[in-house]
Amino acid sequence: MSDLAMTLPVRPTPLRRRVPLAIVVTLAPALIVLTAFWLLPLAQLITLGADADRSGTPGYLVVVSSPAYMQGLLQTVALAAGTTLATLVIAGIAGCFLARHAFAGRSLLVALMTFPLAFPGVVVGFLIILLGGRQGLFASISTALTGDRWIFAYSLFGLFLGYLYFSIPRVILTVMAACETLDRSLEEAARSLGASHWGVVRDVIVPGLMPALISSGAICFATAMGAFGTAFTLGTRLSVTPIAIYDTFTNFANFAVAAALSVLLGVVTWLVLMLARYLAGPRSLST
Amino acid sequence: MKRTGLFTLQLAFTLLVCAFMLVPIVLSVMAGLTRNYFQGIESGLTFDWVIQVWTAYAPTVWLSLQLALACALCCVVIGVPAAYALVRLDNRLSRAVEELLVLPVAMPGFATALALLLTYGHYSGFRSSAGFILVGHVLFTLPFLVRPVMAVMQRSHLPVLEEAAASLGAGPARRFFGIVVPNARAGILAGTLMVITLSLGEFNLTWMLHTPLTKTLPVGLADSYASARLEVGSAYTLIFLMLIVPLLVALQVVSNRLSRGALR
Repeated sequence: MSDLAMTLPVRPTPLRRRVPLAIVVTLAPALIVLTAFWLLPLAQLITLGADADRSGTPGYLVVVSSPAYMQGLLQTVALAAGTTLATLVIAGIAGCFLARHAFAGRSLLVALMTFPLAFPGVVVGFLIILLGGRQGLFASISTALTGDRWIFAYSLFGLFLGYLYFSIPRVILTVMAACETLDRSLEEAARSLGASHWGVVRDVIVPGLMPALISSGAICFATAMGAFGTAFTLGTRLSVTPIAIYDTFTNFANFAVAAALSVLLGVVTWLVLMLARYLAGPRSLST
Repeated sequence: MKRTGLFTLQLAFTLLVCAFMLVPIVLSVMAGLTRNYFQGIESGLTFDWVIQVWTAYAPTVWLSLQLALACALCCVVIGVPAAYALVRLDNRLSRAVEELLVLPVAMPGFATALALLLTYGHYSGFRSSAGFILVGHVLFTLPFLVRPVMAVMQRSHLPVLEEAAASLGAGPARRFFGIVVPNARAGILAGTLMVITLSLGEFNLTWMLHTPLTKTLPVGLADSYASARLEVGSAYTLIFLMLIVPLLVALQVVSNRLSRGALR
């Protein structure tokens, strides 16, 4: 546009104006909806978090000074981070394998492994109960084998498995796409220079996949931080922050603290996403 | 490629992951069709549980379907023009707006729902209607429509086509509906399918926003998991799977063709 303005100095204004009007008209509906139903409510939430609760203390102060809330938050972050790491390793191995090898039934395998992508958290929680709950598969197998009943669905480990369940399909898809764009000649070169198999994996494949791993890991982390459905199905005894927010809001009607907790959860998630973006370089998270 | 020990090891690992994804689904389908899951498959197969669930929860299924379609419609109406604007603009401002669009997805859905409740909860007419849930769903699914549409638009040389149309005398509206929309239809299709799928399964926001009269399918599922016997929950899950799996298959077909560039 600026080149045009230089070559046609006589009438630069009509050309410059026509485009913005079309853009304003097309962009306005989305911006209005986002402002009215997201930015405005969010601003309200942030200010409400500073309000005093029944004891007269501002919500943020209640949350920060409460060991229970902070421990819950710490546990949520640790669980989300653990899930992200485990998912990246599992989906990295399986995704690279599926992207690199052609064999009978490969596309069926890919389809089967990625279709739980859109399962809601509640359903994932129920599936984990079917695996490790009181009437679950592992309970009946272990009773038959050892006489003990293995029940892990209602613990933190069950929650971890649930988070793995809905994270793996997303990451596998990203890893497969990234793996297909890797330059195979680099691996050949490394091999011809005498690098071992693990050497190639560590020094060529993993660095090549790093942007994809970081961006999908960040999304995985954000999803695990806010995942409420799975924890809700597996039992509200688990002290993760989404459950704590739900309890404070519904059972105690403590709006200030619930708002403060939500803001804190959002800020922590956002900070991690920003960190991932910084590590992955510009523009890599938006794809 | 040589089939070495490593290949076998990786294949075994991948199959193990696949089993982790599939075995619970198979268990759930079986439980939904077994007369008594505790006694096992020997107690006989039955459709009784599915019928029982359908008579009790059919309204949740209808509401979810209506919501998903309404959500897709809203997303298309808002999102396609927005995608066009962002592709055309392609500067710092457009990147900021893109970021803003994705934020409701990156933030915990819970925080969004709480914020909506605290801001608009006291408009009781709005609060008790399904429109309240619809707003949440649109916020959450909008980027999933905008992104594929933007990707297709970026590939289809819009400026050249538009300039040609403009030189033939087409106005902005005619260019948008005659050139932009038809060229982006594959992206719109993929995005719409994704929006419908996500809206059908959305729980985090919906659980906070629903009222006893506006229960969606996932909310009903959560109810049945918490209070009903395992067979009922499984039969209900089976109904959900029957809705969502065809959508996911269609989505996979469309996005495969899209990534190969067969559709444009």
